[in-house]
This record gives sequence, C-alpha cells and structure tokens, in this order.
Amino acid sequence: MKFREAIRAATVEVMRKDARVFVTGIGVPDVKGIFGTTLGLAEEFGAERAFDIPLSESAITGICLGATFRGLRPIFVHQRIDFTMLTMDQLVNHAAKWRAMFHGAHPVPLVIRAIVGRGWGNGPQHTQSHHGIFAHVPGLKVVVPATPHDAKGLLIAAVEDDDPVIYVDHRWLHEEEGEVPEGYYEVPIGKAAVVRPGSDVTVAAVGPFVGEALKAAAALADQGVAVEVVDIRTLRPLDGETILASVKRTGRLVVADADWGPCGVAAEVIALAAEHALGALKAPPVRVTWPDSPVPSSQAIEPQFYPGARQIHAAALYTLSRNAGGGLIRSSVKPFEGPF
Amino acid sequence: MSLERALYTAMVRMRMIEEKIAAIYPEREIRSPTHLYIGQEAVAAGVCAALGRQDVVAANYRSHGWYLAKGGSLQAMMDELFGRATGCSGGWGGSMHLIDVEAGVMGTSAIVAGGVSHAVGSALADKMLGRSQVSVAVFGDGAVEEGPWHESLNFAVLKRLPVIFLCENNLWAAFSPIKDRQPPVEIHRRAEAYGIPGVVVDGNDALAVHRAAATAVHRARRGEGPTLIECRTYRWLEHCGPNDDVPQGFRAAEELAAWKDRCPIERMRQFVTDEEDRAIRVAVTREIEQALAHARSAPWPQPTWKPAYYEV
Repeated sequence: MKFREAIRAATVEVMRKDARVFVTGIGVPDVKGIFGTTLGLAEEFGAERAFDIPLSESAITGICLGATFRGLRPIFVHQRIDFTMLTMDQLVNHAAKWRAMFHGAHPVPLVIRAIVGRGWGNGPQHTQSHHGIFAHVPGLKVVVPATPHDAKGLLIAAVEDDDPVIYVDHRWLHEEEGEVPEGYYEVPIGKAAVVRPGSDVTVAAVGPFVGEALKAAAALADQGVAVEVVDIRTLRPLDGETILASVKRTGRLVVADADWGPCGVAAEVIALAAEHALGALKAPPVRVTWPDSPVPSSQAIEPQFYPGARQIHAAALYTLSRNAGGGLIRSSVKPFEGPF
Repeated sequence: MSLERALYTAMVRMRMIEEKIAAIYPEREIRSPTHLYIGQEAVAAGVCAALGRQDVVAANYRSHGWYLAKGGSLQAMMDELFGRATGCSGGWGGSMHLIDVEAGVMGTSAIVAGGVSHAVGSALADKMLGRSQVSVAVFGDGAVEEGPWHESLNFAVLKRLPVIFLCENNLWAAFSPIKDRQPPVEIHRRAEAYGIPGVVVDGNDALAVHRAAATAVHRARRGEGPTLIECRTYRWLEHCGPNDDVPQGFRAAEELAAWKDRCPIERMRQFVTDEEDRAIRVAVTREIEQALAHARSAPWPQPTWKPAYYEV
C-alpha cells in the first residue's frame, strides 16, 4: 500500500470506530481529497464529519479545540504545514496549555495533520518542515512517520491520544510503497524504532531521511561499515532511551533531520548524546540538516538544496575519520510532479 | 426568587467577592495578575441568568464575574487565586484561567479573542451531536480588532451555530481608548456584514442585558444561528490589579464618576428590601470568609515535571 493510501486507511479506521472523530480542512471533501488522503470520507461518513472550511486557519484551530471540550475528536488537515503558522496562537498558547492550565479538567484530543510540500519549485512558503518549532513546545506531541506502516499506525495513535498531536506527513513520501497491516493498529507515540541494526555508526533520522539513511547504510555495508538506522518517529516526547542505547552500542552518531539545523531536533538529539553518552562517543556527532537558508524555487538550485543519502553516507564516514571520496551514491528521491 | 432579586444577588456577590480580593491583594497572598470586574457585573449576571447549567461560556482573563455567575465554585476559584492544589485549575492557571466543566465554564483565555473560537467549536460540537445547548463567546472591545474574531463570526454564521457573541465594550483596552483603535462604526453594527442580528444594550442594566441575552438564546436554540450583543459598560479599577487608575492620568476622573453614578447594583437596589439586602450581604460575607479560610489552609500543588538529571 502507498503511504498516502495508508493515511486514508487510518482515517477510515478511526472514523468507523469512533463517531466522535471528524475531519476538516481546506479541500478535505474536494475532488483532489488532499493528495487522495481524504477521498471518499464525505461519501462514507457524511458531509458533517468530513467538511470543507473557510480560509480561517486560526479560528478553525480554536473551533476544533472548542469541539474537544464537548467530547469530539477533530483531525484538522493542512495541505501545507506552512499554513499552520497562522494557527500558532491556538496551538501554542491554547491547545498546548489546556491540559496543564486547566489541570486535566478534560482531555484535548486534537490532531493537526500537516503536509510538507517539497518539490516542483514550491519555494520558500510551501516547502517548510517546521516540526522542530512544534517539538519545542511542552503540551504538544509531534510525530513524523517514515513508512506506510507507521503512517497508518501513528495516525490512529494520534487520534486515540488525549493530548494535542501534530502529525507531519511529507508529500514526497506519499507514493512510497510498503507493507501495511489490515485493520486497526497503533504505532505507539514516544517510541523510536531501530530499522536496521549495525555496530559502527548510529544514524538517527526523521521522516523522509529514514529512507535516505537506509540507502546510505546499504552503500556503507559494501564498504565494511555497519550502520544502525534509528527512525525517530516521535519528535516529542523524544525516545531518548532507544537513541542513547544505540549510540552507546556504536559510539558514533549522525542525525539526519529534514528541517533546519539550528535549535532543531538534530541539535536536541546531539545534546542528549552529549549529556548522557559522552563517554561512549568515539567521534564528534554530525548533523545532516537543510542548509541554513529558505528553500529556493528554481529547478536549477532546488535539487541542490536538499541533502540525502549521499550526505548521510559522507557524514557516517566522517565519524570514522574516512573520506567519502565523493559521488559514491546518489539521492534517489522521486521528484514530485506539479502543479501543486 | 424573582429574576430581579436573583440578578441583584448575583451582582452583589460578585462585587463583594472582588472587593475582598482587592482589599487583601496588597497582602501578597494572591500572586496572580488579577483583572477585576467591578462595575461590569450586570453583563455576566444578565447573560448567565438566561442560560442553563449545560450551556457554555468561554471568556477571557477578566472572568471572575462570569465564572461566579455561571455557577462556578467560589471555593475552587479562591483556592486557584491563592495558588493551591485544590484550585479549579490545580494552581496551574491562576486568576486568568478559570474552569468549571460541570458549571459550563469552558476555560478562560489570557489572549485577547483567544477564546472566541472555542465557544464556536463548542457550538459546532453541540450541533453535530444534536444537542440543544448554547455557547457564549465573551470578549471585550479589543477582541473585535483581532483577525480570529472575524473568522469565528464568519464560520458561526456559515454553519448557523448556536452561539452568542457577547461583547463587553468597556471603552478601554488596558490604557488605549477605543477611539484610537477602531473606526467610528459601532461594534454591534459589525453584525450587519455577517447577516445576523446585532444589538446594543446598556451593559449596566442587568434586566436589559438579560432580555437581549434571552432573545439570543431562544434564537440559537431554535437553530436560527448566532447573535452579536454589544453591552456598553465600564471597569472601575485599573486594567490589572486592585487600584483606582485615575491618578495615572490617562482617563478622566469625570468619566469614571459618571459611570459610577450608573452603578449596576444601585440600579437594581429598588427590587430588594433593606432586610433582604442585609441578609444577602451577611450570607455572602460568610461565604467569602469560609472560602478565604479554606484557601489559606489548602495544600500547595507539587511539580509534575521531573527534576533535572544533574539534581538527582
């Protein structure tokens, strides 16, 4: 099953199981159905439970939050995570605070599903990741699935959760194929996964960089380097236990985060390692993150902006004091074809 | 009890509780930014008298009056002001974040216009669930200047939701007069743009507020959608804190004096006898003393976060 189909399957599962779940967002019931992820929901569950909205992201976030007070479990979908910047008051000042500020007077099961729109020259305001911003805030949970299996299981877990959850899905994973179990299952929030065991270098990766890390690991295996790939999956609460256990096994750490570096998730993971596993580290950790720049639009430089398997490969060798030699592997991300 | 006497009692209770809070505030037992409601009591009293317990109010940081009028527990509020674990928000919210789920106080926001959309969401949920409850968004004149206020109205009207937009226009946003913040279009007239009824009432007349609210509640319950009510009123004390702010020189003593002459409680005094008034005040005094005594001896909250690893 494709990644985007897994998201749709999860949505159908939660809506069938629980009549309190509704899905909203600009374009949810339209012919495109949010890249196909919401197609058919209005037909199966009715226009009351899968509905379009005015272009009022801020108020709609507050409206979804208000609906949780009356027991509903909203999923608010954004076709670009960039648009969630309009909703930060409701997410950071309100949703993230309600459970603490009102001392757990009622659950706040709000899910924000936000899509990262890399590709086709989408440029500075349609391609950002922003997951690091949300991961900074206590009271929010943040998940970034990397596989169709987790795309389904994490979305179900997000809807089941009584805290607000930011669910970030990367459009350039939407066409990825993978095994997806039938039926209702959860991938636990707060648990990272070791997706490839290895003894020489840990690569902890976020979202689309997990696949890139696996490609790098395969190339490195041919060079006699055993890479352990950890899919971080949940950025908040971060599963320090799994990450640190891996770092202690390998003594080397590369963090590959599909976001900017400064004050971000990669920095957080390295800080954890510095605080709790410094003695085990045999080399300085390395961050593979986006360049410290807005994302460009031009087809001449957009592809150069994004690091991938090649950079992860080089970073892993760097921790072994070895030179990648350049050009060993190429990033093989399938480019997104427009128009949106 | 007659409506008039009920409104009078509710307002006297709000006033006496807040006067007590103001009196003891300098003792530093209450350490939370406290925005007092004194002078505006007719609005909360009039609106809440038109609501049932299952109806919901989402208000702002100046909400002691709303919380009390809607039936929130005085003890839980006082404990919250004193920062105690038994407070309505467990000591995490303070004066600006009051909640009583059972009483339909859905939580109050310290962000201007922050709670307006919450009431709309509550109304959306009630409509989806086929319930007949009404939700009230309470906000000041400043909130009308915030973008999400307009977004909330647009959505509520679009979906014909059972929600009331209740503006307490007290003419000032902290130190900024409304004339410096808004064009001279009366707030209630903004409703015309959204195609819903917009009414203005004397916010110091509890009976007038009640009549307007009852009409809006009736309309909402019948599924006819939102109403915008502008209540013109005035706060007597400073924006935040227990003091008179006239000596600070930004608003005229005459302006405050004119509004004090229109005291919402004095205007309803005719509906109770001297004996009834005494009885009301004796009962409230006793209630306040009990609440204070309990709050002072209530347990403190404990941290819920873990100590840093280097402290363990």
